[in-house]
Amino acid sequence: MSKRLESMIGWIDARFPLTSNWKAHLTEYYAPKNFNFWYYFGSLAMLVLVNQLLTGIFLTMNYKPDASMAFGSVEYIMRDVDFGWLIRYMHSTGASMFFVVVYLHMFRGMMYGSYRKPRELLWLIGMGIFFVLMMLAFTGYILPWGQMSYWGAQVIVSMIGAIPMVGPTLSNWLLGDFMLSDAALNRFFAYHVVTLPVLLVTLVVVHILALHEVGSNNPDGIEIKANKHPVTNIPVDGIPFHPYYTVKDIFGVVVFLMVFCGIIFFAPEMGGYFLEYNNFIPANTLQTPDHIAPVWYFTPYYSMLRAVTVNFLWIDAKLWGIILMGGSVAIFALLPWLDRSPVKSIRYKGPIFKFALFLFVISVLVLGWLGTKSPTPLYTILAQVFTVIYFAFFILMPWYSKIDKTKPEPTRVKE
Amino acid sequence: MRKMKGFLLVCCFIPLTAFASGPEMRLDKAPLHPTDKISLQRGAQAFVNYCLTCHSAEYMRYNRLRDLELSEKQISENFIFTGQKVGELMTVAMKKKEAKQWFGVAPPDLSVIARSRGPDWLYTYLRTFYRDDSTATGWNNLLFDKAAMPHVLYQLQGEQTLEVQAEDNGHGGTHEVKKLKLTSPGVLSKAEYDAYVADLVNYLVYLGEPAATKRTQLGAIVMLFLFLMLGLTYALKKEYWRDVH
Amino acid sequence: MADIEKKQGINSRRRFLITVTSVAGGIASAAIATPFVMSMMPSERAKAAGAPVEVDLTKLEPGMLLLVEWRGKVVWVLDRTPEMLATLKKLDGEVADPKSEKQQQPPYAQNETRSIKPAILVVEGVCTHLGCSPVFRKDIAPADLGPDWIGGFFCPCHGSKFDLAGRVYKHVPAPTNLVVPPHMYLSDTRLLIGSDKESA
Repeated sequence: MSKRLESMIGWIDARFPLTSNWKAHLTEYYAPKNFNFWYYFGSLAMLVLVNQLLTGIFLTMNYKPDASMAFGSVEYIMRDVDFGWLIRYMHSTGASMFFVVVYLHMFRGMMYGSYRKPRELLWLIGMGIFFVLMMLAFTGYILPWGQMSYWGAQVIVSMIGAIPMVGPTLSNWLLGDFMLSDAALNRFFAYHVVTLPVLLVTLVVVHILALHEVGSNNPDGIEIKANKHPVTNIPVDGIPFHPYYTVKDIFGVVVFLMVFCGIIFFAPEMGGYFLEYNNFIPANTLQTPDHIAPVWYFTPYYSMLRAVTVNFLWIDAKLWGIILMGGSVAIFALLPWLDRSPVKSIRYKGPIFKFALFLFVISVLVLGWLGTKSPTPLYTILAQVFTVIYFAFFILMPWYSKIDKTKPEPTRVKE
Repeated sequence: MRKMKGFLLVCCFIPLTAFASGPEMRLDKAPLHPTDKISLQRGAQAFVNYCLTCHSAEYMRYNRLRDLELSEKQISENFIFTGQKVGELMTVAMKKKEAKQWFGVAPPDLSVIARSRGPDWLYTYLRTFYRDDSTATGWNNLLFDKAAMPHVLYQLQGEQTLEVQAEDNGHGGTHEVKKLKLTSPGVLSKAEYDAYVADLVNYLVYLGEPAATKRTQLGAIVMLFLFLMLGLTYALKKEYWRDVH
Repeated sequence: MADIEKKQGINSRRRFLITVTSVAGGIASAAIATPFVMSMMPSERAKAAGAPVEVDLTKLEPGMLLLVEWRGKVVWVLDRTPEMLATLKKLDGEVADPKSEKQQQPPYAQNETRSIKPAILVVEGVCTHLGCSPVFRKDIAPADLGPDWIGGFFCPCHGSKFDLAGRVYKHVPAPTNLVVPPHMYLSDTRLLIGSDKESA
């Protein structure tokens, strides 16, 4: 480093903790050396976040949050604005890819027990991020004011109205009208571009701070901090995040970008899953499309919403559906206290957990697939069966995780 | 584990596929040629001649047709019949309200119709009009029953009528098969008419996303560059990770 | 792996790879920035709205000022009488840039009358000081402008004065002559403002 640069950094360090933060979070943040494929998705989520923020700002420059102009302004971006199509596709593809990356990130946590002590709070903050992300996706999907925007939002808004006692008033308050209209579009736009992004970025910073406090988990699920070098006091199985994981993550970023750009440039609609065909029809408040399905990342919850068809214990089926749907998301937050296994990682857990996790994944996939279909009697039964499996994975966990036959954890991570 | 996975998958999906086939009509595959500028030009000509009289394409500017290798002069002479300027949008003079009175529904804007309906639907729809005296327009459509739109292209295609036949379904019963028969020929032969509609649908697909060609061209360059980056970043990662392994 | 610290360090192969990757990354960043920067240029809608404007001159009479809107700005079309044209020569000493040497007009308007046709002045009615629109004052020696005023344009915002060819007077806030927009005659009575090329 040149003398000049050194003195400049010295000047900053006397006024701002630049070098100390650089060290604490990069060059002297020791991460386990055995991260595998599943550990790319944290940094990729950050990349997608940056993509969404950047493209979002530029879309805001031309988008009009007005029920009579919104649809047209999106087409204006797609046609009349130089490279507007690219920026819009980056944003719409980014929305779906955000969920792809976050779902894989969460699945990683479930496999390796990343939610277990001392990372319970880290997991809860992550749940907060997930919730805000869903709100962002919902408010964002309304903005083009196409048929799916409108009717999808209509379904969600009706759910709020179903809450006993306060529902109808709450729904009017949220919409600023007695129905879904321009007023709601305008305020959902405000949430989408200001409130929620600020919240999301804050939570992401907090998530990383919490991570760097407790240290990263790893595929073996053992604490590298328990085994430090006697002289240097550095975990013997840890390596500095920078440069080792920065170069690795950059490689991961390029692989991700190949998928991401492949979709943007060659299949931006992704067969109707990322951009739904019906959303190319302007919102018509008098006519529901023949077939209405949420975007793919919400379909598992949507299936559970539809799965309940009987009234039970003073509560009607509609409200049960809503409770189940909310519960299916919220229940993730309980994982740190449901898992009673003596080991963290799936590598050392017994066959029952492996089977349970496998069934859980299957149920999510099947429920997700069912959510894209119109309900038939058979589909409804299937949805009910897999909803039960989905919840059983969580509710029965305190028992099956305890009786499961685990393997002993190693003391050092495996290469 | 693997066996079980396979078994479960089979359990999940076999019964579903049996129920998956619906009563929907089979769509004919539209022969699309997004880079065939001549076909697109012919389609654009058909579009401004037949569609733009009732339907708008209000997000499309006439001068965007330069994408189809047309000059502004050609565009304003051959494609604009409304006295509009070449930079203006493909709007329609007919008022939405009047249109609703005439047709029952306002003709939808066609800017992104190919993205919502899909090219195959359009290709099939435009070729399956038939005479039906029971409707207000005297026309009906096999794909879109009681469509409000009359058969605008009948002079080209000629008139078709519907023939319903009972056919053996192979399980002892019968089911109805609807067939269209050309009763009075139009200006174009069947093959010519199909090609005419294909050009029009080709254009409608272009109209749905004028940037599509540019998108794939740019995409090829981006992917090529990413391949280069892939090699570089992999080499860099490998070099550094020699410390660890 | 505590001895990782010892191994760490930058050998020549690393240095080379870092340089190449950084260069490629830099190119990528520039490439990514391009669409974002370009998206802020005037859109096709803005270009269509800013398209050349055709003006019918059949109703233009000598001494009359026509106001035309082009790209949200006012463009003056002034048919100058022979008396008005005669004032220009007299003011050569009073104006800052009598020969229109500064590039405030297309080459075809860089002449004594700052116009294609000597009589007809086509000029943007936007003061070159801070963008106000000057007022056409053809009255001679009015009270507010003094006895030396022989007709021209006066900007009420900051007092800049221009003659009947849009040339700026000396010692006023405006630095340069009024801008002559690109224009051409499609026929004797049809003027096109905003373009000077055949089928641009």
